[in-house]
Amino acid sequence: MSHTPKAVALISGGLDSLLAAKVIQDQGVHVEGINFYTGFCVEGHTHAIRNKDKQKAKRNNALWVAEQLGIKLHIIEVIEEYKDVVLNPKHGYGQNMNPCLDCKIFMVNKAQAWAWMEENQFDFIITGEVIGQRPKSQRKDTMPVIAKESGADDRLLRPLCAKNLPATLPEREGWVNRDDLYDFHGRNRKPQIALAHKFGFTDFAQPAGGCCFLTDQSYSSKLKDLWSARGERTYELDDIMLLKVGRHVRPQPHYKLIIGREEGENNYLSGYRNEFTSIKTISHKGPLALVDGKVNDADLAEAAAIVARYSQGRDAESVEVEITDRDGVIKRQRFEPMPPPEVEQSWHV
Amino acid sequence: MSEFELDARRLLCPMPVIKTQDRIKGMNSGDQLTVTCTDPGVLEDIPAWCRINGHEVISSRQQDSEIHITIRVRNE
Ligand code: SF4
Repeated sequence: MSHTPKAVALISGGLDSLLAAKVIQDQGVHVEGINFYTGFCVEGHTHAIRNKDKQKAKRNNALWVAEQLGIKLHIIEVIEEYKDVVLNPKHGYGQNMNPCLDCKIFMVNKAQAWAWMEENQFDFIITGEVIGQRPKSQRKDTMPVIAKESGADDRLLRPLCAKNLPATLPEREGWVNRDDLYDFHGRNRKPQIALAHKFGFTDFAQPAGGCCFLTDQSYSSKLKDLWSARGERTYELDDIMLLKVGRHVRPQPHYKLIIGREEGENNYLSGYRNEFTSIKTISHKGPLALVDGKVNDADLAEAAAIVARYSQGRDAESVEVEITDRDGVIKRQRFEPMPPPEVEQSWHV
Repeated sequence: MSEFELDARRLLCPMPVIKTQDRIKGMNSGDQLTVTCTDPGVLEDIPAWCRINGHEVISSRQQDSEIHITIRVRNE
């Protein structure tokens, strides 16, 4: 019986990974998907946290892609290992805190470690990379770097731009037909859209920045603020999740407030009330805020005045506020809301 | 057939899906797993993951802020 070649496809949930997998699947290759959860992924959470998105389908795009293709998807949690990629990227960062080149090397390496495992026995790896698509990580000269440093070498195939690259093992072995691969390049998305239509895909995801929050400017500045306030570059999953939620206001170097912007965020933040001092307005409808840092009574009074300013009592003479410490000890007090001009723009992280 | 439970409360998607996937790996066909979650995203994601991987969602109910999804495992 002839051997059916097996490929594992890196599935981010975006259009390119969908197309790359489809092109190879259509050549008779058995394809399964792999998706890595780093903690920074755009998928899921914020949709779940924010009420305003409630009407939108809260789908996970990687799962959606797998379902469109009818392939299995293996989701692998890499939060701990990924820290080194974010904290010490050998090839540096992109425009924001996104270490895309190191990230790709890491993911292809992980995919390959998984794929070559005895119980899996895959023959090659595919990604949706396109030469010239991203200025830092997807260039003609970075493609061989990813292949080499990940260890995948010529078992790494990029079906969407393969014709612009030297033939890989799957092409040389005849597992795939090079003539039926593509030569996409550059930032123009039209060829991908046309191919998607040809395959009959609609409603696909096209994330503007990239597949994770690290490409987001405001998220990146919150991450840098976290590190400079702590005096060290470290993070835990809760830290990076909280950076996705609420308004972050730092009135003093030693503490910041995370203020919910609507009910969904308030609910989410309330799950952290055992780990942070929290402030909630009582006399008026308003946000729940977490206090991150070591604070004294004067700091708490300042913090409460700021939280009151974001409540419906912003124009009232005073707002009653409930301050709960980590042990659940509750203090109720009235505070004058801080007038907007005094909540300085520079405090917004 | 055995019945199992998984507590995925307070985890945000896709963590409950990952925990479900990893838990089911060691189970036998016909076994049932009930996952308890708080992220409403699981109402989409766990059934999607089950459809992709051939498992069956046999019930899904929401009680207060908790969601309970019961899956019948079909491992090859
Ligand atoms: S956008 Fe994020 S997940 Fe995507 S390659 Fe860059 S760092 Fe990695």
